Amino acid sequence: MRLPCPHCGLRDYSEFRYGGDASKPRPKHGTGDLKTWHDYYFLFDNPKGPHQEYWQHVLGCRRWFTLSRNTATNEVGEAK
Amino acid sequence: MSKYSAFSLVRHALNPDQPWPRAWRSPEPKPSYDVVIVGGGGHGLATAHYLAKNHGIRNVAILERAYIGSGNVGRNTTIIRSNYQMGGNTAFFEHSLKLWEGLSHELNFNCMVSQRGQVVVAISPVQMDVFARKGNTMRLNGIDAELLDRGEVMKLLPYLDYSKEARWPVYGAIHQPRAGTARHDAVAWGYARSADSQGIDIIENCEVTGFAIENGKVTGVETSRGRINAGKVGIAVAGHTSHVAKMAGLRLPVESHILQAFVTEPLKPIVHHVVSWGAELFYLSQSDKGGLVFGGHIDGFNTYTQRGQFAKIQGVAECAVSLMPFVSRVRLLRHWGGIQDMTPDGSPFICKTPVRNLYLNGGWCYQGFKATPASGWTFAHTIAHDDEHDLVRDFSLDRFEKGGELDEYGTGNWTWKQ
Repeated sequence: MRLPCPHCGLRDYSEFRYGGDASKPRPKHGTGDLKTWHDYYFLFDNPKGPHQEYWQHVLGCRRWFTLSRNTATNEVGEAK
Repeated sequence: MSKYSAFSLVRHALNPDQPWPRAWRSPEPKPSYDVVIVGGGGHGLATAHYLAKNHGIRNVAILERAYIGSGNVGRNTTIIRSNYQMGGNTAFFEHSLKLWEGLSHELNFNCMVSQRGQVVVAISPVQMDVFARKGNTMRLNGIDAELLDRGEVMKLLPYLDYSKEARWPVYGAIHQPRAGTARHDAVAWGYARSADSQGIDIIENCEVTGFAIENGKVTGVETSRGRINAGKVGIAVAGHTSHVAKMAGLRLPVESHILQAFVTEPLKPIVHHVVSWGAELFYLSQSDKGGLVFGGHIDGFNTYTQRGQFAKIQGVAECAVSLMPFVSRVRLLRHWGGIQDMTPDGSPFICKTPVRNLYLNGGWCYQGFKATPASGWTFAHTIAHDDEHDLVRDFSLDRFEKGGELDEYGTGNWTWKQ
């Protein structure tokens, strides 16, 4: 699998580090009860299909970006 | 069901025109069952076997999307062991190992359980201290463990790299003599045959497409072969747990990741134990056919494709060669990937769910195969009594809310934090 880094272009997946689900909105600091934070932190939609996720080009420019990828096929879409 | 024995073997050998009977039937689904188990993997089959054997519940169906043995029960590295330290784990996995020890007799099916021992190699004096503590914890729980110094490891595993140039020097090891391997396909077939012989329907090629839930209580499942009513429903589909539980409106602390495993070309017997490593997550044993069977970490991102990434093949092969230099001259025969539930603390779930009469078994991370017998045993109890078995009280779905993480190894789904 190769991922399109917005800065460096298409690079092998081994240069990147996965950063988790990017579709979950993080509750604002100082707001929300324990359940809000539990659900944000510990629960995952984990869909079999289209997924928005964070990656970091850790062995390259070290930039974080969000990527669309299909978890059923590993088909890689747009990176922002 | 005809019993397998030396006598039946001779009888069939002398009468080659009489084929062996099918090991299990292929029944049409009935409209209703007392218990429906979603997932015909090792855990689902074991659950059905113990529902009948321990609890006398025989009006049970196992619904399998593909065929028996097609999932993770046939896609692992076949290791069994019980070298755990944390309260919620030690008793559970030791119970599992004890069940493994009698499994072939219990199922009347040769599961080829081989207690060849597991040796985890230490690469620093600090790690020896950690292993000593681990061994002491195990022995206090009545589990066998012994600490080996470098000389003893050299006798047991003469093929490791003991040279001055070794990247990771061998300081010693922790050894669990009762650990070992089992024939993974035979475990699936044995449990399937035993469950079937006790009257349980194994329905293959039957995919669950939804749950019927009335007033917060499950009453049946929708499947590709029609509606099936059920008094109780158990989910045991690790790898696809989120996908199936979502149909019942549940959102779980689970991500699906791929773990690869590898087999080399067959060699003459050389590795007589399960060998693991302290430098990196790596485990290797030699199969009865002679191939070295080994694996490492997950690839590191969530996916449902059973295709591994090349970088991980390279990384695991580097582990093998660093530990056992002779492996560099052996060719890799094949490799495969299995999809597994990864949970934030690396521990599983066997529990009730917010939906009444719906029970969950999943989140097995790296440890599903060795847990198979105890998982079935405790899940059957949980379903039969509508109450968690004492051995799985800590495997609850709400443990993260209550601060009850069971982070034995810290090998959860957050790979970027490890």
